[in-house]
Amino acid sequence: MSDTLLQLRGIIKEFPGVRALANVDMDVTEGEIHALVGENGAGKSTLMNVLSGIYPHGSYEGEIIYDGKLCRFSKIRDSERLGIVIIHQELALVPYMTIAENMFLGNERGSTFNLDWDETRAKADEFLSIVGLAESSQTPVKDISVGKQQLVEIAKALAKNVRLLILDEPTASLNENESQKLLDLLVRFRERGMTSILISHKLSEISQVADRITILRDGSAIETLTRGVDDIGEGRIIKGMVGREMTSRFPAREPNIGEVTFEVRDWTVHHQLYEERRVCENVNFNIRRGEVVGISGLMGAGRTELAMSIFGRSYGRNISGTIAVNGRELHLRSVREAIDNKIAYVTEDRKGNGLILSNTIRVNVTLANLGRVSSGKRLDMDLERQVALEYRDRLQIKCSTVEQNAENLSGGNQQKVLLSKWMFTEPDILILDEPTRGIDVGAKYEIYRIINDLVAEGKSVLFISSEMPELLGMCDRIYVMNEGRIVAELSRDEASQEAIMSSILRAEECGRR
Amino acid sequence: MKEKTMEFLKKNTMLIALILVMLLFHGLIVAGGKGSLFAPRNITNLIAQNAYVIILATGMLLCILTGGNIDLSIGSMVCLVAAIGATLIVRMHVNIYLGIAACILAGIALGAWQAFWIAYVRIPPFIVTLSGMLAFRGLALVLLGGQTISPIPAGFTRYFGSFIAGTGDPQTKLTTSLVVGVVVCAVIVLATFYARIGKIRKNYGVDSIVSFMARLVVICAVIMGAFYSFGRDRGIPVVLILLGVVVLAYYYYTSKTVPGRYLYAMGGNEKAAKLSGVNTNGVMFFAYANMGFLAAIAALVCLARFNSSFPDMGRNYELDAIGACFIGGASAYGGVGTVGGALIGTIFMGVLNNGMSILGVDQNYQQAVKGAVLLAAVIWDVVSKKRKNAA
Repeated sequence: MSDTLLQLRGIIKEFPGVRALANVDMDVTEGEIHALVGENGAGKSTLMNVLSGIYPHGSYEGEIIYDGKLCRFSKIRDSERLGIVIIHQELALVPYMTIAENMFLGNERGSTFNLDWDETRAKADEFLSIVGLAESSQTPVKDISVGKQQLVEIAKALAKNVRLLILDEPTASLNENESQKLLDLLVRFRERGMTSILISHKLSEISQVADRITILRDGSAIETLTRGVDDIGEGRIIKGMVGREMTSRFPAREPNIGEVTFEVRDWTVHHQLYEERRVCENVNFNIRRGEVVGISGLMGAGRTELAMSIFGRSYGRNISGTIAVNGRELHLRSVREAIDNKIAYVTEDRKGNGLILSNTIRVNVTLANLGRVSSGKRLDMDLERQVALEYRDRLQIKCSTVEQNAENLSGGNQQKVLLSKWMFTEPDILILDEPTRGIDVGAKYEIYRIINDLVAEGKSVLFISSEMPELLGMCDRIYVMNEGRIVAELSRDEASQEAIMSSILRAEECGRR
Repeated sequence: MKEKTMEFLKKNTMLIALILVMLLFHGLIVAGGKGSLFAPRNITNLIAQNAYVIILATGMLLCILTGGNIDLSIGSMVCLVAAIGATLIVRMHVNIYLGIAACILAGIALGAWQAFWIAYVRIPPFIVTLSGMLAFRGLALVLLGGQTISPIPAGFTRYFGSFIAGTGDPQTKLTTSLVVGVVVCAVIVLATFYARIGKIRKNYGVDSIVSFMARLVVICAVIMGAFYSFGRDRGIPVVLILLGVVVLAYYYYTSKTVPGRYLYAMGGNEKAAKLSGVNTNGVMFFAYANMGFLAAIAALVCLARFNSSFPDMGRNYELDAIGACFIGGASAYGGVGTVGGALIGTIFMGVLNNGMSILGVDQNYQQAVKGAVLLAAVIWDVVSKKRKNAA
């Protein structure tokens, strides 16, 4: 057995209101591929950010022992100096710079006032050949595919004399062929003695290459499986990931489901920028009156793209397919038309796409339906205030006054303001995209109650979430989406975490063949 | 009580700073034996000198609200529109009203030209208006042939640069001014009382009667003081009426109408505004087209004030307007700022200019002081916001 390269001891990391990591222990042996798996929000990325110094020493509890020494990283540079390099899911390359320039960004050859371009290019070519990328180092990064960009990131890590390479979802945006190449590369590196930590949702890849697998669940390391000792099949990993008891974290509701109110047929959407890529393909689904319908899927499955493209074509290109509300076919060309046809979309990104943080609660609540609080084009501020107060009471938004700016509210209360805004448009069909992301358990429960109230009024809710337990707890029906397609439709009785996961895996198997 | 005072101070920082600066200059001027900042003649001068800046700053505020975007071309636009007006009215003897209409149409056309590229093709405003700044000035020079056109007929200047009851004897002048002042005060008092009664009837919260009355008394005192000054000097400046209309109209537009609300929404978070059904391109187009309209109004005022159209007209006006908005609390990132703030910012800059001139401060130092004040105002804005976020 070789030596232990890295030990994490009792890592605890807390954010306001959330304990992201609760006493995590993890050992990484030199020269192995160590996989880290867990559901979204289990704490994988947080743990890696602690390890690489993005969260500096002092902002967490516990010890990092690397190469036999206790380490206290205060910035990323500190960990990189010791050969720990992390490659994030979103690549950090500058599109208009060449491969060589990107590879040595922050690690330039030559001296500060005299860059050595000859050495830069020579070294770049050398590392490119190691990772097996047949491109000139003078090619701008924007001109090569995502898969090749991923290889450039790895070459960049090699240029920093990496000893421990951390890859966060490296294959999420790669096709099958590119993924396999990348995995082969990791195996080759292992033969040369390099250590890697691989974070991935694609369990088949992990079963294929990992030597050991650490499973995180709710911020704790549940178990570590070793190749050759334990069963490391996908089924075994899933069991570790989802094996949690369901308690009554969801308010009860008597389903009172009526006729189909909303139906989407043959919906195909192309990527906003890369027109040849399909983000949704032949999607069919429907929602009934008084029904909560869930869409489950991994990150990047195309759920948000689906929702936004339906919502007045606010995402995507070359959109085809039909939308019918109460049996009547609609052509929604703009967000305004969608709102006027009583469809609402509550974004997953409440700060980026949802709220105007520099404005008051009152202004945010009425923004999508100013017609209701104005006559002609003249705003009735008194009426507006009354509306804001009404929603504050109804959704129990905790604030000093409705004249408080949205930026000063907690995440849960911001989410309630966003919900108020869309409830005020009086929609019949409400699309909720990750409505409980980043808010604490109590606020989640309140959001669930609001959803139950809405369907009790006869509205139809489409509930997109990455957290399977909440979908299972809240939905009457769940569609499973994977790589732009609906791959399963599960009734309340059929639905379970295992069923969802295995339908995703089945779909990926099919895609591979 | 203490909290309320603090909040009042925070909300009205620039107003308080303005009052302090006015008192400071007044003290310095009196001590130097150079008259008074509040001398009747000087009050009238302050308004005449800054009328065009107030108009331009109002338009600039709308541009800044859309997302910290500025319009660099307005100085050149003023020059070009004034050149068109002078050419038509003086050289070609076109009817004055037709001339005024042509100027306004020209301004809207220039604004719409730039607005189209900015809003629908999404060329960065900085670049589009930089090009306008060069091109409009060039066209103005072509039109003027490098010459100055003057004088402007009195038939024109009386609409923008004359005084009401300016020729009467001192007693009638004073009486007219005071009567008009009393009428303005009465309208304000009635309007605020009406609003207050409406709020009370609908059971909305209102300020305490004491602070409500105190505010009214202060506002009326300032108005009566100003009108007394006009009466003692040359009468009520006509341009004041124009200013009143512009400021009130845009105050109303930005704070009480749906399109005004969209302006703030777009500047605060364009993506969120779009997903709320706001036509953000349309909002942007309006802001820049409107800037052209207001630049034309400012050009008419300048034409009357300088009684001529000359090649260097409007030089650096854009910087005065931008500075006034930022001093008045507009955010450099958009979405925050008020017409009232821009007005206070303009007067602040105006008092600095005027006060330093009376004191005989060197022109070059004046420039340096203004620069420092602008930076200080924005630093204060950014730092206080940071502190608020930290708390």
